[in-house]
Amino acid sequence: MSRPKPDRDPLIDQLRSALPEDCVVADPVSMKPYECDGLSGYRQIPRVVVLPRTVEQVQAVMKICQKTRTPIVPRGAGTSLSGGAMPHKNGVVLSLARLNRILEIDQDNRTARVQAGVRNLQISEAVQHLGLYYAPDPSSQIACTIGGNVAENAGGVHCLKYGLTVHNILQVKMINLDGEIVSIGGTSLDSPGYDLLALLMGSEGMLGIVIEVLVRLLPVPKVARVLMAAYDDIEKAGNAVAAVIAAGVIPGGFEMMDKAAIQAAEDFVEAGYPTDAEAILLCELDGTEEDVRDQVRKVEELLAKAGATDIRLAANNIQRVRFWSGRKNAFPAMGRISPDYYCMDGTIPRKELGHVLTSIARLSEKYGLRVANVFHAGDGNLHPLILYDANQPDEFEKAEAFGAEILDLCVAVGGTITGEHGVGVEKIERMCVQFDEASLAQFMAVRKAFDPDGLLNPDKAVPTLARCAEFNAMHVHHGELPHPELERF
Amino acid sequence: MPCLADELASRVVSAYSSQTPLNIIAAGTKSFLGRQADNCEPLDVTGHRGIIEYDPAELVMVSRAGTPLVEIEKVLHEHGQMLGFEPPFADAGATLGGAVAAGLAGPRRAYTGSVRDFILGTTFINGKGETITAGGKVIKNVAGFDLFRPMARSMGTLGVLLKVALRVLPLPEQERTLLHEESDELSALRKMNQWPMETQAISASSWDGTHIRIRLSGSESGIAHASAHIGGDQMDEVSYWRDLTNFKLDFFQQPGRLWRVSVAPMSAALGLSTHQLIDWGGAQRWLKTDETPASIRARADQLGGFAECFSPDPNVPTYHPLNGIALATEKRLKTALDPAGILNPGRLHPGF
Repeated sequence: MSRPKPDRDPLIDQLRSALPEDCVVADPVSMKPYECDGLSGYRQIPRVVVLPRTVEQVQAVMKICQKTRTPIVPRGAGTSLSGGAMPHKNGVVLSLARLNRILEIDQDNRTARVQAGVRNLQISEAVQHLGLYYAPDPSSQIACTIGGNVAENAGGVHCLKYGLTVHNILQVKMINLDGEIVSIGGTSLDSPGYDLLALLMGSEGMLGIVIEVLVRLLPVPKVARVLMAAYDDIEKAGNAVAAVIAAGVIPGGFEMMDKAAIQAAEDFVEAGYPTDAEAILLCELDGTEEDVRDQVRKVEELLAKAGATDIRLAANNIQRVRFWSGRKNAFPAMGRISPDYYCMDGTIPRKELGHVLTSIARLSEKYGLRVANVFHAGDGNLHPLILYDANQPDEFEKAEAFGAEILDLCVAVGGTITGEHGVGVEKIERMCVQFDEASLAQFMAVRKAFDPDGLLNPDKAVPTLARCAEFNAMHVHHGELPHPELERF
Repeated sequence: MPCLADELASRVVSAYSSQTPLNIIAAGTKSFLGRQADNCEPLDVTGHRGIIEYDPAELVMVSRAGTPLVEIEKVLHEHGQMLGFEPPFADAGATLGGAVAAGLAGPRRAYTGSVRDFILGTTFINGKGETITAGGKVIKNVAGFDLFRPMARSMGTLGVLLKVALRVLPLPEQERTLLHEESDELSALRKMNQWPMETQAISASSWDGTHIRIRLSGSESGIAHASAHIGGDQMDEVSYWRDLTNFKLDFFQQPGRLWRVSVAPMSAALGLSTHQLIDWGGAQRWLKTDETPASIRARADQLGGFAECFSPDPNVPTYHPLNGIALATEKRLKTALDPAGILNPGRLHPGF
């Protein structure tokens, strides 16, 4: 498709007249860093990138885009793992990175008012001296922005006890397509009218542009201790997780790694993991000294009873950080043993873990690709890492097909295609597997109610029924979806 | 059971085609909230009941919306678990669907989360009679728009709930309530908001003008530690929190309209001439008063919060009026889910 040269594009002229010179980037070389997000297999140079410094400038961009019917792709730090920030070729990438001020810290009410481009970890750093922190901790927290966290309803390793983004945000100010500032939620624990705040969480930039967020801050727990338990069988490890939770303990973090992940992490950071184990669990217990002491005793007993071959309690904070370092570096560790890896993000009811991991192992053989599993065991969020080499013909396609089968399996056992990474462009066709037509049409109706022309982050998160029909025509066997016997809920 | 869901859906389909407004009814324990439109056909959902799925180790329960809360709580308690939000009127027969639609929560809410915080997914009938599924039954799930959490506090205006998947919590090993003399409001607010810096054991805190009450939940040693830090007298009045949840304390029997004012917990004193009971560590303030609705709402607005009138009065709407962009934004969601405006019209907002 031919389009006007950047300097003659009337849209760019309009943006340049509304925004300062250095807020509009239109030459292909400078736009290169914006061509993809954390899902680097999908790339697209946008028509133009804007980097407003003020709310008024964001409003101006929205008005221009609405008038010219230009697609808008909002972007925080570009750490999305589902292509949520992948540009549209005719569209504007609207970067919120320069709205990066912490506006107010309210120690009394334990809240912080921050602009959308403030980084997740920056919030906790800014309130550390008050003994407070912001709980959701996605693994990209050093870089990802709070606006992006809202758009994806970001999770992390502490969700089971401290909740997702949706549980830790009180208010969002966003710009709608008309360029108006809409305030959603408030300083109180609930707000009058509909819970639009929940609707906005995880809406992947399709309902408005987040400019400001009021986050809840939590007191830093006095004590946190980590237990590591090793198992010679992954199902035993799964049962151990169930036993701990059934006994009434809600750990601050509860993670599982399989043999391949243990080995890779150990080779990478020497976390002190037993490499002969089939699975390890990391269980973090936090609270007051007394509470933690009780819980550690209780959990140690339960882990042992479930058949642990080895249980270690981190003796001090250094060892605790070391235990966690293996888990936190599991993804880069894969980078050392494989040229490329593809990270999946399904959630399953925990009791299905054994069945799902066995099936994944079988798929690994079928596709001839290695896989390592890390798992937010407490909340059932599974991250299989499919190892492949993009330079080998067809391997990326094979990895994608492998991943798709894993996600279909997650849906079949009563789970979901995405626990915390979002649908984006990556899993849009998988939405046709998880939801029926009426529900997808309902999602589309909600989208249209906020954005009748489909300008906000188009072609992501919610598939059209036409797209699903096309997808189903290709994937339905003998007129049936995979696992037709299962109720889709 | 599925037949009943189909029957309800076909009732909504015909109501949609004939533009007949429906009044969704379950146990009716919260019929005093919101305005019920005239000429509504009743849609009774109480028959659609029963727990569908519950595995304690998953911390998840899926139930039909007409299931009475007592039934749910009984099964949960048998397995050492509970609902995290202490919904009112369980003993009066309240159903899960009604608890979700009204979104009322007891004293634990400020510490463990609100009704919406525990919803993992719903199946509901939209205003066209279509059966919609949003969310699921796992704790982490970001596929599709979140149309399930907004069902809480929507008063049935967004859909007829059929199924709700909830996250549940373990019952605390022990609970203890401490009583503290305190007659200064600001000092009470300060204490209730400082103590959580020292312990995670607090699960309720209220102030009635003379005393702070703090409930501690957790392990024996955790409670012992928190008690030692907070001090005060141990209360053996276990019914206090239940009576607060269910509007049965003496406070609620006083004359005047009952108002709920929701503000940031450390907001200044309302300073109205009223009887006041502060819950949620300051974030929920109950008033019994004859002050004018306008003055109460203006004061709540001034503090960045809002006020709801819980005493039925044809001249005083329950819910805080919205206008401008806020109301227009609400309407977008309503129109997407109930284009003909037949589901509980006017119950939450005048006009829709």
